[in-house]
Amino acid sequence: MIPISWILFLSLSLFTIGIFGVLARRNLLFILISLELMLNAVVILFIAGSRYHSASIANSDGQIMYLLVLTLAASEIAVGLSLVIHMYRQHHHLDIDKLNTLRD
Amino acid sequence: MLDTIFIITAAIILISAILTITAHNVVHALLYLIVTMLAVSLVFFILGSSFAAALQIIVYAGAIMVLFLFVTMMLHQGEKSLAQERHLFHFSSSITALVLCSMLFFELIYLLFLMPVASNTIFTTALSPIVTVKQIGMQLYGPYSLLVVISALMLLSALITAIHISKNPSTTKIKTQDNDL
Repeated sequence: MIPISWILFLSLSLFTIGIFGVLARRNLLFILISLELMLNAVVILFIAGSRYHSASIANSDGQIMYLLVLTLAASEIAVGLSLVIHMYRQHHHLDIDKLNTLRD
Repeated sequence: MLDTIFIITAAIILISAILTITAHNVVHALLYLIVTMLAVSLVFFILGSSFAAALQIIVYAGAIMVLFLFVTMMLHQGEKSLAQERHLFHFSSSITALVLCSMLFFELIYLLFLMPVASNTIFTTALSPIVTVKQIGMQLYGPYSLLVVISALMLLSALITAIHISKNPSTTKIKTQDNDL
């Protein structure tokens, strides 16, 4: 028997930690890692919600949304890591504060 | 029994997430992130959705972390990048973000305790109505078939974007500049 508020607390704490990572880090790779943490927090909330609302029959909507979020995370990481490689080729470091000109 | 396991797992998730965010070495951060993913999959197991837990281990801790590690292997320069990272992230520069995030966190927790408590806030985890993979497949190709199309389009566009960005013409430009120098 787990209260739903514990899972909400876990998800909100993980999401806040992810937001702190996005705000405080200046390395592009760490920002992508923080985005992964935030997506995981959202996914925990989806799964817990589908579990919470399955009164008599088994509810699989949460896992289907989990599949969509998983696909989203995979494509986001593919695009983000190719951007990381592109940035490293051009600037030779990953500081995002150096990205202040919109040209080559 | 289950709530004790849940509390331990939640503590592992939060501690390893904080260690992930505050690590200076990228490889250490990725290893802590793998610990976080495994603990999240344990939470999924506790909540009775075992298919999502297996996918979490296979895709997150397997595929996405391997992508990250390959990029880190290509870009990591040992002590030089560690010194750069220590210069980029230290505690005094992140105090503003810490204050903002703690304000947001306390607001969220305040809303959580302000939430109207229904009679059924207890969340039964009797592990009996486990969703099978067959049910998920029937739903995916039944009422949720648009979702499959959307995720296929998303993967295709991500593939095209990744190929286009990593095969940029500026690399040849840089090479010619190097030759000129």
